Amino acid sequence: MRLSEIKRILNAEVLWGEDRLDREVISACGSDFMSDVLAFVKNQALLLTGLVNPQVVRTADMLEMKCIIFVRGKVPGQSIVDLARERDIVVMTSPKRMYEACGLLYYNGLRGNCDGDD
Amino acid sequence: METIKLVYPVEGGDLIEAGEASSKMKLTLKKLGLPQDIIRRASICMYEGEINMVIHADGGEAQVEVDTDQIIIRMRDTGPGIPDVAQAMQEGFSTAGQTARELGFGAGMGLPNIKRYSDEMKIETELGKGTTVTVRIKIPQ
Repeated sequence: MRLSEIKRILNAEVLWGEDRLDREVISACGSDFMSDVLAFVKNQALLLTGLVNPQVVRTADMLEMKCIIFVRGKVPGQSIVDLARERDIVVMTSPKRMYEACGLLYYNGLRGNCDGDD
Repeated sequence: METIKLVYPVEGGDLIEAGEASSKMKLTLKKLGLPQDIIRRASICMYEGEINMVIHADGGEAQVEVDTDQIIIRMRDTGPGIPDVAQAMQEGFSTAGQTARELGFGAGMGLPNIKRYSDEMKIETELGKGTTVTVRIKIPQ
């Protein structure tokens, strides 16, 4: 699924990377616990989180993720957006809550692809 | 290939800034052209170790050796040591404080994650002296 499609489904606003929305992601991960993200990730390229701090970007960076979406309308500070820009990670914010955001993407075909999944 | 030795100091105190050493190592491993999953596994091990060093000790140092067939990461701190290593290895056990939890860590997954992503893991620890966590990640030929 393209990031542009994800943006549309989640009614998201792009905070950085408007010119990179043609990127494809094949699976996603949603969590506020970064150690859980690090534990169960396989090839998820999209991170949905309600946590707002630089470690979210660093976690996504370690996993070579392509995009972070902050849920519940959270808007990270400029220093966090800059950190993501330096690492070439698209940043969006969506008014949807975590459960709804994950559900909408899953319903539209974006799966989890975690260890233990089918 | 000759063994490549890298040393990364890990600053203590500032958990918000933790992760710089891991980022730098990841970039170097990328430049060396290692496979993506090997880079990812090494980066996660180093990152969790770096977070641990900042949460539990006042920083430390990571030494990384890259060979054709393996990566060795040795993370050394002079913190309080781990009283019960078996307990520390259990998923969910944590002695981390509120700050770590607010940043998305301190869920008792750090050391278990390091074990999950490494081929071998060794913990040497002495109370009041410090801890060294050494991991080995094999590079498939």
